[in-house]
Amino acid sequence: MTRLIVNGVPHTVDVPPRRLLSDCLRHDLGLTGTHVGCEHGVCGACTVLLDGRPVRSCLLLAVSVEGQEITTVEGLADGDELSPVQQGFEDCHGLQCGFCTPGFLTTITAGLRENPDPSEDEAREMIAGNLCRCTGYQNIVAAVLRAAELSS
Amino acid sequence: MTKMFGEPIKRVEDRRLLLGGGAYLDDLGHDALAAALVRSPHAHARIVDIDVSGALDVDGLVAIYTYEDLAGPMAEPLPLLIPHPTLTHGRTQYALARDEVNHVGEAVAMVVARDRYVAEDAAERIAVTYDPLPAVVGIDAARAAQHLVHPDVPGNLGANMTQEYGDAHTAIANAPHRLTLELNIERSASTPLETRGVLARWDTDSGRLRVWSSTQTSTGVRAAVAARLELDLTNVEVITPDVGGGFGVKIVHPWPEELLVPMAARALSQPVKFTEDRREHFIASAHERAQQHHVEVGFDDAGRILGLSVRFWHDHGAYTPYGVIVPIVTSTQLLGPYKPGAYRVEFDSLYTNTVIVTPYRGAGRPQGVFVMERTLDAIARSLGLDRTAVREVNFIQPDEMPYDFGLTFQDGRPLIYDSGDFPASLEKLKKLVGWDSFEAYRETARAEGRRVGIGLATYVEGTGVGPYEGGHVLIETSGKVKVATGLTSQGQGHQTVFAQIVADELGVPISDVEVVTGDTRRFPYAVGTFASRAAVMSGSAIALAARNVREKALRVAAEALEADPGDLEIVDGVVRVRGNPGAEIALGTVAVLSNPLRYAFDEASKAATQFAVGDPGKPPVAEDDEPGLEGRDYYSPPHATFANGMHAVIVETDPDTAEITILKYAVVHDCGRLINPRIVEGQIHGGVAQGVGGALYERMAYDEHGQLQNASFMDFLMPYVTEVPRGIDIDHLETPSPLNPLGIKGAGEAGVIPSAAVFAAAIEDAEGIPITSMPISPSELFELRSTSPGFGRPASNTGLGGQNREEST
Repeated sequence: MTRLIVNGVPHTVDVPPRRLLSDCLRHDLGLTGTHVGCEHGVCGACTVLLDGRPVRSCLLLAVSVEGQEITTVEGLADGDELSPVQQGFEDCHGLQCGFCTPGFLTTITAGLRENPDPSEDEAREMIAGNLCRCTGYQNIVAAVLRAAELSS
Repeated sequence: MTKMFGEPIKRVEDRRLLLGGGAYLDDLGHDALAAALVRSPHAHARIVDIDVSGALDVDGLVAIYTYEDLAGPMAEPLPLLIPHPTLTHGRTQYALARDEVNHVGEAVAMVVARDRYVAEDAAERIAVTYDPLPAVVGIDAARAAQHLVHPDVPGNLGANMTQEYGDAHTAIANAPHRLTLELNIERSASTPLETRGVLARWDTDSGRLRVWSSTQTSTGVRAAVAARLELDLTNVEVITPDVGGGFGVKIVHPWPEELLVPMAARALSQPVKFTEDRREHFIASAHERAQQHHVEVGFDDAGRILGLSVRFWHDHGAYTPYGVIVPIVTSTQLLGPYKPGAYRVEFDSLYTNTVIVTPYRGAGRPQGVFVMERTLDAIARSLGLDRTAVREVNFIQPDEMPYDFGLTFQDGRPLIYDSGDFPASLEKLKKLVGWDSFEAYRETARAEGRRVGIGLATYVEGTGVGPYEGGHVLIETSGKVKVATGLTSQGQGHQTVFAQIVADELGVPISDVEVVTGDTRRFPYAVGTFASRAAVMSGSAIALAARNVREKALRVAAEALEADPGDLEIVDGVVRVRGNPGAEIALGTVAVLSNPLRYAFDEASKAATQFAVGDPGKPPVAEDDEPGLEGRDYYSPPHATFANGMHAVIVETDPDTAEITILKYAVVHDCGRLINPRIVEGQIHGGVAQGVGGALYERMAYDEHGQLQNASFMDFLMPYVTEVPRGIDIDHLETPSPLNPLGIKGAGEAGVIPSAAVFAAAIEDAEGIPITSMPISPSELFELRSTSPGFGRPASNTGLGGQNREEST
């Protein structure tokens, strides 16, 4: 049995040691907001926060994060109220198909905690490890800056 | 009420997706069994034996299927979706390979198991013995035909097609100037972030099948599944959930898994799901772009093209399920906004032992534009003219619209441009990118030891092809408006733009409008989402359907208000008599009245019961009427509507490392009337980024054995934010299409179409080296520098062109 704390809620799951964290979140806990785009840590769609730091959940085994705090996209909003990062994406048309979006949202959430007032260069740097095939990133950069503005 | 059409409103889709509430294919069916495929490791081989015995004791295994388990229509080759008379040797694969495999990744066996981990365990234990055959890889090998992909297809030639107007060869021979060019484009692919996937549930009690697929055509999948599983169409439902990008690859259907998974679900009476993994997507879906072109052109002193002859070779991979659409698009859309005096185009569509080739965003146009624009740059160079001047003398003029080339487009209809103002677009582009001041900038940069170049490229894109799409609009008694159309969405914001159209047509708040796409239960007649057609086709159909509903609403309301329908208006969901405050009725109430009732179910519905309403002397529903406040309509165009645009880019090339940096990117775009400028610009941004990928980074690196050596995101270099332009300057020109009720033209693919051409032009301009093959990497540019005798020659706005041979008479 493995104890996972996801979005503040404790879960106990019985998974084989080889179960990826991404699969465990999606298929054992039903938290399907975390998406899997490449299964080898390149695209960033599966990014979740582990004790506040962004990690690729497709590169982690569920059993290896026993007891650690995991935040997924489902844990970003305050009830019905979008987080500043989510609001930034809505305001700036930062998503199209939405598949890569959860990974961007978690990555930027952590990024803005570290650097609440990024320059445009820093905003680009913040998202430089995530792939998006729809938006050409223009409006995602704008969304980062908008989120910073909303948070201040 | 604010008019919604034309407003850059926020998308109605976003909130749910941002909260993690998207429902993509693999987010569904947690109770489903998982499928995994055994795929060929060989590009070309005969299957000698499949031994499944090693897999049988895997705990959790449910079933294994090979070709021998397929019966009836399932055992036949997959459909050839778009037959064409020139496709004399069309070939399609079997759902599971029968006795031969023709590319690495071809499906050989399917395993169904408790979960994907177990299914892969079992798949690994299936031993397939192959007898390898020589692989045909690349266009050169296909043309040489030393080996054949299919033994009964001589010369590896699937199709040969010629189209022409005038006598191009004579026109070229008699022209004052002539050029010959060889121009090549390599393979790339759509590569959506969500791979393919399919889920099927068989309802044993009712004998009905429900299928969810990450597809661009739910009705296409439905028809194919029903035919192959020998089910009545009525007993098959196909639902498209949220789709994580398509870009063309998901229009192909039925994929083997789209048939095998429903087949297994029915056989096992359990839900079954297949989710493709990333490596599978590289080797078992579809690619595009690879073509070689030989160009001969004759022109006058002003650069006017008198004759153009293009011979090209198209690599369509191992099979031809999508026919010859891509090379037909190249051969027609190559012409762009220009009118050569005479034109001849001929292509061979060739088999290779590689992944199939089907449309990827742009669909043959990037190659055509590359050919035409490289040719124009070469003409400018050879005549010492400004590159924009050569474009100007070749443009079709606005007063020549509609312009009929006398050729046949990819929809089987005449190639007739309906609208556009190319000189005006070029003027906008020159201003936007600073074309006329570039030489001064180049000099400044040169003084700093920097090397910069500018390029431009134009395109015309046939969008909104038929046959048709439909729309259904229903006003509920709550006043809420429910809209359905059959084509699917992959992130284009259809729910938003279709709601904008309906809100205006009906006079209702957009928050009351809900749009459903790609669900055959809601709208069973549809074609699909491709060829930048959704807004044109479904947008028009939905507008027409909404107009029908509006007409009925006014008729019913006029009766209730004892007014003339012509005196009524609908504002904010309320029908009012103009100039008579207080004489009004809510659309929800009109919906109640439109459906004569015997039984009341709430306060409002009492108004429609038999003792409350209607003329006792007449039937409650008139002979030519029907109950309910709803309307359905279809839009079927005479032919495609042609959007157009022009891109320009300024690049800097590093004198030492040959690194290519984008300094400025400018787009002038004409998609007719804009429904939502924010969404259109988002489409352009995304297209430009894919174009950057295709021009500078992405290629399918096959080795001579047909092994795809970069089948992962580590090695197939899709752009991150670090590779795309910092800002894309966009200007719109709106020349409305006369073909549809909204004056719109498609916008989805445009951004990617001129990329190869525009980057080649700019790099050539910076370097003074002919760029004739794309994509180009820094190492390739570095190599070109060392092998090009003209390296270092000062470039200018005349461009160098890509000429290999130049003659003048």
